[in-house]
Order: sequence, then C-alpha cells, then structure tokens
Amino acid sequence: MRIQKTFEKGNVLTIYFTAGYPKLEDTMPILIALQEAGTDIVEIGMPFSDPIADGETIQESSKIALENGMHIEKLFTQLKNMRPQIHIPVFLMGYLNPVMQFGIENFLAQAQACGVDGLILPDLPLDIYEQDFRELFEKYNMANVFLISPLTSEQRIKKADSLSSGFLYVLSDSATTGKTSDQSFSKKQVEYFERVRALNLKNPLQIGFGISQRKDFEAALQYAEGAIIGSAFIRHIAKSQNLSVDIQTFVQKIKQTVLS
Amino acid sequence: MTYQVNEKGFYGKFGGAYIPEMLYPNIESLRNQYLEIIAKPEFQRDFNALLSDYVGRPTPLYFSKNMSAQYNCKLYLKREDLNHTGAHKINNTIGQILLARYLGKEKIIAETGAGQHGVATATVCALMNMDCIVYMGKVDTERQQANVARMRMLGAKVVAVTSGSQTLKDATNEAMRHWINHPEDTHYIIGSVVGPHPYPDMVARFQSVISKEIKSQLLKKEGRENPDAVIACVGGGSNAAGGFYHFLENQSVRLIAAEAAGLGVSTGKSAATTALGKDGILHGSRTLLMQTDDGQVIEPYSISAGLDYPGIGAMHAHLFDSRRADFYAITDEEAMESGLALSATEGIIPAIETAHALSVLDKVNFKPQDIVVIILSGRGDKDLETYSQYLNDKEAKR
Repeated sequence: MRIQKTFEKGNVLTIYFTAGYPKLEDTMPILIALQEAGTDIVEIGMPFSDPIADGETIQESSKIALENGMHIEKLFTQLKNMRPQIHIPVFLMGYLNPVMQFGIENFLAQAQACGVDGLILPDLPLDIYEQDFRELFEKYNMANVFLISPLTSEQRIKKADSLSSGFLYVLSDSATTGKTSDQSFSKKQVEYFERVRALNLKNPLQIGFGISQRKDFEAALQYAEGAIIGSAFIRHIAKSQNLSVDIQTFVQKIKQTVLS
Repeated sequence: MTYQVNEKGFYGKFGGAYIPEMLYPNIESLRNQYLEIIAKPEFQRDFNALLSDYVGRPTPLYFSKNMSAQYNCKLYLKREDLNHTGAHKINNTIGQILLARYLGKEKIIAETGAGQHGVATATVCALMNMDCIVYMGKVDTERQQANVARMRMLGAKVVAVTSGSQTLKDATNEAMRHWINHPEDTHYIIGSVVGPHPYPDMVARFQSVISKEIKSQLLKKEGRENPDAVIACVGGGSNAAGGFYHFLENQSVRLIAAEAAGLGVSTGKSAATTALGKDGILHGSRTLLMQTDDGQVIEPYSISAGLDYPGIGAMHAHLFDSRRADFYAITDEEAMESGLALSATEGIIPAIETAHALSVLDKVNFKPQDIVVIILSGRGDKDLETYSQYLNDKEAKR
C-alpha cells in the first residue's frame, strides 16, 4: 500500500545508501534525514565482500561498512523500531549469499517485522525466484524487484515485470553502479526507455545506475515514474560532518525544479 | 545418478547462474551456443590441430618407475606440465578463444591468480591477434612478477586490481565488472571450472582432453582404459575436472582431489574449501564457499597462488557432497616436501599446486597392482623462488 501510494504521487525519488556507512550507527539517522528531506523511497544496501555489480563508490562504502561491523542481524536490530516514525517505503538491496546464509525465510520474517516493504537482490535469478522463493515472499508480504538492462529481451522484460512487485528497476545502461556522464542519456538509451514504456508493464518503472544529479533525474522522469540515486549520494555523505544538513541539501537540489 | 551438469546448469544442487541482469545476455548467448559451436567439425578440427601442433599434445603418460617402487603401486604421471606455457591452462584458453571468434567477439578479458591462466590467455590472444586485458590482484602482481613480464611481452595489458583483498577473487570480480561494462564486443575467458553456467561445463569439456588421452594411453600401456584411481589438485578445479571427466560415471575409478590446507585446516590460514566451506554463492555459482557466518567471503591462504580460491568448481562441490570423490587437505609443508621428492627421484620439478596432488600418496594406501594416475598439472619454473626459500629455511633449521 505504501509503495502504491508513493507512485500515485509521481516524480518518485529513490535514494540508495549502504547500511553501516560512514559509521555503523548511521543507518537510522540517514533514513530519518532522507525522509525529512523529501525522499520518496529508500533502498538500504546490505554490504557484501564481493559486490560484482558495483563500481568503486559502493565497493568502498560496502568495505567500510563491513569493517564497521555491519551484518544483517545488526541491520534488523537498527531497523526494528523504524515504523511508524518512518512512513516512506523502505527496500533492502543486496547480494544473495548473505541473505541465503541468514536463511531466506528467517530473513523475510524479520524484514516484515521491521516494516520493510520489499527486496532487491540483483543476483537472484528469475527462475530460481519463481520456483523456490516466490511463495515465501508472498507469505511475508514482501515486494520483490527485478532489474532489466538495455540488452534484456522483450520476452524477458515481460517475465521480470510479471515476477516483480512494487516497481521494475530499469538499468539505464549496461554498467556497474556509479558511472556518470555529461549528457544524461544517449539516443540509444532514450530509445530503450521508450521501448520499455511502450510495453505497458504492470509495475511502475524506476530508472537507476548513472543517475547522479538533477538533470539526470528530470530526464529520467520523462520515461519513468521515478529514478534511483546511489553512488552520487554516497559520495556526498562520505565526509559529512552534519548528515542531516548535507542530506537536506542533496535531496532538495535534486527535487527543487521538479516540484516547482 | 549423473555427475555431469544437468540441462539447467546444475551439478546436484550446485552450479547455476546467479548473475546480475547485466551479465545475463552474454551468459545466455554462451549457454545457447557453446555446445553447438564446440560440436562443429571445423571447430573440432581447429581445436585439435592447435592442441597437437601448438600446445604439443598428446602429453605423455609417464610410468614413474622410481616412485612406483617407493609407493608400491603402478604410478603414472599425466604430463600436463609439458604443455606450451607450462600447464594445463592452455587447453581451455585455446578452446575459448576459438569459441569467442564464433561468437563474433573482438576483445578478451581474463582473471589470473598466479599468472598461469593469464599467460595462457595472453598467449592465445597473441596467436589470434586479439586485444587482451588480464586482471590480476595487486598482491599477486608483486609476488608473480615473471608472469606479469610474460603477459606484457605477449601483448596483454595487465591490470593490477586494488579492490578487496587484491588477490584472485578480486581479480575475478574486476573482470566481471569489466564484462558488465563492455558486454557487446568482449568475451571473458574464465580460467577454471567456476563462475556461472555454462562456464564450469565448458571449461571441463575443454580440459577433458586430459582424461580422453589417459584412456587411450593406458589401453596401450596396460591393456585397459580405466585406472584404479586418478589424483589431482583442486583450487577452482580445472585440471581435476579434465582428469576426472571421462571417469566420472565409472564408479570403479576412484577420484581423489587434493586441496590446499595451507598452514593447516584449523589454523585460519587455509584454502581447504570442502573442509571449511559452506553452501553459498560466489561469482555466479552456487558452491561450497569459505565464508563467515554472515555470508562474507573469507580470503583463503595457500603457499600456492593457484589454489587459494575461496570456492571450488560446482562439479567438485557435487563430487564431494555425493561422496563420488575423496578430498584430502594437504599442508604447505607436505606439498613442498612432495615437490622436492619428485624433483629428486624422477627429475621433474612440479608446480607447487601440482605437488599437493603428489602428497596424497603419503595418505592413501594402494595395492601393488593398482594403476594410479596423477595429473601433473604444471611445471615448477614459476615457483623456484619459493622452493629455494623453503630449502634455505630448512637448512637454517638444521
């Protein structure tokens, strides 16, 4: 319900950050500051030692978070009392292995107990989800978001959409996280966004990877209901002396023209 | 029960393709085409011609008289160390570079630990005039400088990986990231039977020439195709996969794998994956994996850079789980002693990786009539410094 309502408002800004970074106990303060600054959805990254889909920024934040002592059980302890103070949707994003070691059903139960809305596990294959995980996700009322890339076939996009709930994660490019460029999107990327748009999928679309500033966000909103910023936000808070002020500045800079 | 991969890419519960979507199109195209391409008569012709004229196959199956007497069994050494570039690795790189051309790829990337697979990849790229980037952990570039120099002479660009622990697993991560960012013109030549399906099966097929030759060579020498046991060292496990391949379904052939125990299985300085690993997912494959309780990958340790991988090929995880193969953990010291012993008794200096397989002879009792084949996967040139250091330390202790 929370997710649906968020997308009804439109122009959805989703921000990703790594749990336990820059400091172990920063998870909740960052989440609160993001909500206060006007972020619509938050994705909390669960750090993994071998993040193959991530560029340098998130690799580094993951490494530091692990050194700080972050792990899944700790994260659930931090998020245990986030509701009702946090009223925006919260997703957890990470690699499959730590979730598998925690135990998938135990993980889903604890995530639900914290009020987590959904999961994004980029290395969870569609067919494995369908066979082994889907029923469990439904049992714990957990949304599940799949990713599509410019090279994903139409048939597979439809399958990813049918197995996703909450939203569909549209990768702007075949790339690891954190790539930036002067021009928001190339002609080829725009054609791909339009191709996906024309499929009339059941889920709202959010464009992610390579979104770092206001103009990227605005450009993305022409083709999708929302956009996701990760690495740029992490770089912004890396050396922050005042998280809530810096987060306020970052989010408002992204959102101001869109709202006016 | 079969020990081969099933149509979904699994060996029992292990294997599969746990990859982010950005890698899916390349993996899917490989999966749809690799069997068809490998089966083409032109492919087979080119592959076999290069293996015989360029690599120097078939490699000898050498009856090791002195060690047979010592261990009281009939001991054969499959001389993969005599291949061009000094190890079995080139069997796979020849196969994959031919495959890459069928797939229309122009550029090659690879990961390497000790540098053997990197050299084998740089070699075939030079031969086929293809661009080559080899990812190698910074720590490994420093301890394997000779192989870095070889790769550069062969025209490859060697990228020193500074992420994570700066060793083989991080080099693999970085190669995968490169592939995510360059999906259309690049083929990734993985060096072992690890990674997402179809890599484990594809690499095992290219390495299976080892056991194919053993069968015909044994038939000539002993009048029978099957030995009583095959012994090989396992890091990711490509020489073992090749050496076991044609014997997998024949239960009368005992399969024995030697893992690197490092300083000892329970010392915290080890790479014995089946002893220390748990079911998990790394580099796109479900396998046995050395990891913390929280599912973070543990950096393994072994004196041999080629065996310090925190996972193991999915085929081997299944062979272990189903008890088809026996796994022995061999310490650094045991391996070094076996390497020195082979040098002294047969005049063959093995790679330290390979020396782990030889140490199994001290742990298993064979019968006098047993035919035992050891895969001598690589030569020891790259390890001379480590061997000399070991000898010096030993003499100093006396």
